[in-house]
Amino acid sequence: MSCDRESLAGAVSQRACVFCGSRVVLYPIADALHLVHGPVGCAVYTWDIRGALSSGTELHRLSFSTDLQEKDVIFGGEEKLAGALHELIDRYHPRAAFVYSTCIVGIIGDDLDAICKRVSREKGIPVIPVKSEGFKGGKRDGYMAACAALSRLVGTGDTSGIGPFSLNIMGDFNLAGEIWIIREYFEKMGIQVVANITGDGRVDDIRRAHGAALNVVQCSGSTLYLAQSMEKEFGIPYLRVSYLGIEDMTESLYAVAGFFGDPHMMERTRKLVRDELAVLYPQLQKYRQALRGKKAAIYVGGAFKAFSLVKTFRLLDMEVVMVGSQTGRKEDYLELKEITSDGTVIVDDSNPLELASFLRGKKVDVFVGGVKERPIAYKLGIPFCDHNHERKEALEGFIGMLNFTREIYSSVMSPVWQFVPGRKR
Amino acid sequence: MLSLTPKEISDRNALTVNPAKTCQPIGAMYAALGIHRCLPHSHGSQGCCAYHRSHLTRHYKEPVMASTSSFTEGAAVFGGMSNLRQAITNIFHIYDPDVIAVHTTCLSETIGDDLSTIILKARDEGLVPEGKWVIHCNTPSYAGSHVTGFSNMTTGMVKYFAQENERHREQINLIPGYVEPSDMREIKRLLAEMELPSVVFPDTSDVLDAPQQGAPVSVGKAADIYPKGGTRIRDLQSMGDSRVTLALGPFASENAAIELENRTEIPARIMDLPIGIAATDRFIQVLLETAEVLEPPASIADDRGRMVDIMLDMQQYFYDRKVAIYGDPDQVISLTEFAVSLGMKPIYVLTGTPGKRFDARIKGILKDVVPGARIKSSGDLFLLHQWIKNEPVDLLIGNTYGKYIARAEDIPFVRFGFPILDRVGHSYFPTVGYRGGMRLLEKMLDALLDRKDRDDPEERFELVL
Ligand code: SF4
Repeated sequence: MSCDRESLAGAVSQRACVFCGSRVVLYPIADALHLVHGPVGCAVYTWDIRGALSSGTELHRLSFSTDLQEKDVIFGGEEKLAGALHELIDRYHPRAAFVYSTCIVGIIGDDLDAICKRVSREKGIPVIPVKSEGFKGGKRDGYMAACAALSRLVGTGDTSGIGPFSLNIMGDFNLAGEIWIIREYFEKMGIQVVANITGDGRVDDIRRAHGAALNVVQCSGSTLYLAQSMEKEFGIPYLRVSYLGIEDMTESLYAVAGFFGDPHMMERTRKLVRDELAVLYPQLQKYRQALRGKKAAIYVGGAFKAFSLVKTFRLLDMEVVMVGSQTGRKEDYLELKEITSDGTVIVDDSNPLELASFLRGKKVDVFVGGVKERPIAYKLGIPFCDHNHERKEALEGFIGMLNFTREIYSSVMSPVWQFVPGRKR
Repeated sequence: MLSLTPKEISDRNALTVNPAKTCQPIGAMYAALGIHRCLPHSHGSQGCCAYHRSHLTRHYKEPVMASTSSFTEGAAVFGGMSNLRQAITNIFHIYDPDVIAVHTTCLSETIGDDLSTIILKARDEGLVPEGKWVIHCNTPSYAGSHVTGFSNMTTGMVKYFAQENERHREQINLIPGYVEPSDMREIKRLLAEMELPSVVFPDTSDVLDAPQQGAPVSVGKAADIYPKGGTRIRDLQSMGDSRVTLALGPFASENAAIELENRTEIPARIMDLPIGIAATDRFIQVLLETAEVLEPPASIADDRGRMVDIMLDMQQYFYDRKVAIYGDPDQVISLTEFAVSLGMKPIYVLTGTPGKRFDARIKGILKDVVPGARIKSSGDLFLLHQWIKNEPVDLLIGNTYGKYIARAEDIPFVRFGFPILDRVGHSYFPTVGYRGGMRLLEKMLDALLDRKDRDDPEERFELVL
């Protein structure tokens, strides 16, 4: 099986580009300015599209674009960019500015570095170029570009007041307020959260993130590079965690407590887990009984999420008959093979045709995927659950497990399926 | 974010904030989906194609198939020819479409790939199977908007398919413009009622509002990914034999009609999108002339009668109400006229798509009723919000993005146009013609009265309004 390479020319791929990857990571930083330097499209498609919530300022939810026109493409867009930055910084006084380069900026050769440096000097805030020309790779390269941009912020702030039991939450985008749930867990354990990187993120927190004792990194790709570079530069270790499903959530909290090695913290963590499970288990039972033996298919962005979902379905006594991701690496797929039963189809960057035939062939009862998969599932008459950026319910944490189960349950049990020809139940 | 728009309006020329348009390729992709068994192909990097598909999927809640040339750095340096050749080969092999409709992106435009030549060459070398088509259009994202992209792809259909077969046919061509699949369906219904044989293109009905009829038996075969709708190739090829081309909406449809006129001397009649009563009247009038009959069939006359009846019942609520309208130019032009015919005052009218003609048209519609109206093409929603902050309106009409303004200023809001990302069902109901007009009327009045019911103090809250 081959993976981790570009889709073929002519593929109907579900994959995205560098710009998309970097935008996804950086966009939730709420008090920064996000200016897309390019034609208007890129800015439109990423305008508030992910529901990354903020507990305060919401500058990130506006859409700023230099809206390059023909003459800019011919004569260059540098002055336009500088003008736009000046105007926006004067109006909003952001704590920092990110400037995203899109496909054609790489071709027309605007010197983003120089402009950003100049405006940064003039305005006295960090103005950071994000090298995200779409054609320079895939989404994962975009994650790297975003991490490179973040690296320029980290280490520039004052770290006083940060205690030894402290961490940064990395790789969570605060969809449906999920980071608030996770933050609360850590705080209950007696841990100081220094920075959210990047969901509900703040520039000043990120600047002093190097003062934290630990980085917890969720998700397989998006901020791992930053964690690695912070380890190298500041000696901060990182743990890879997942907040999805009881098993992974619990394991992650214990791993964090274990890292700090404080018996009181470990005790608090046990209590936290106990308390949460005491509430959760009885509620889960009813759904579990109804869902037992049903067949699930998973097609999500990152492989890490796929792992957690496989375990989650196992806990619900459901059978995973297909699992795949868009950006998994070889190791990831080997691990997937490890944790699924024989006969489970494992797919990488599948096209809609293949997806459809797997779904149908395996007689799937529910399909978990993202925005482009939903209508495919519905056309096949298969119940669906969105586990991507369109979700409006928090799916992380213990409460997230309940929400997820409920969503699966309500989708599978909805009476509407009986009206789909050929799918009477 | 709601508080982030200042009231003071200052000149901006380097910056678009909260755009009221998007880039060309998505419009081309939408138009291409209106050909039966056509796979749109995006000649650029993966991201564009993924974005366009997602956006269309979010609006139509339907699967949207499209392929990409998957540009990498190599392609950006050496040109995308080999990518496109490889793509053509792969696509016919795997997806077996009848047509591949290629559009460019800002990237392939900037590096200057010459699609005509690449496609010709591919055909000469046998990469395009017998009886299959590769068509294209140029859609530079740094000019125009998604509406321009739609227009360009529709024009591309004419360039590639129109031929004069020297067979005189009674049929007419109809280009419905950038409207919902349901609108195209409604237009076809009207043509059928008028007994006018026609070629309607593009036609996304039964493509992006396809019925749920259970999974096809042999899922996984390429054939199954193509819905039953879309204009047939043989119909497209016969457009050169038609009597006349009716093009709805100058921004979206004029170029294709003129292109056809230049090629085949089939006269082009450009008119407004039939949204609202007056524009629909004019449309029906043209259909009558074309069909060479004096009276419309009873079904259409009755529809009109019902619409007028509703308008009379409703007029007291609409009269003198201030409204802001934004969106795609063709739609906004007709909608503005409609609002005026209801006695409303469109005080702000804006489109993101560039084009001075828009300003002139709207000015013409409003000159006697709202002489001081603010009108802008190439505008953005930030500006519209600022206008509204300076003088509020009673109703806001436009695409999904207006919800921010509606919430911030607490204004009743009717979703209309493209895209609508946060509601379901809109693409199943027309807004064109008399039936579409009735639906629009209901939506608009509901929005106003729901608001009144919510806001009225207890002592003014009444059962009957
Ligand atoms: S790169 Fe160009 S074509 Fe692609 S989405 Fe952005 S603006 Fe549109």
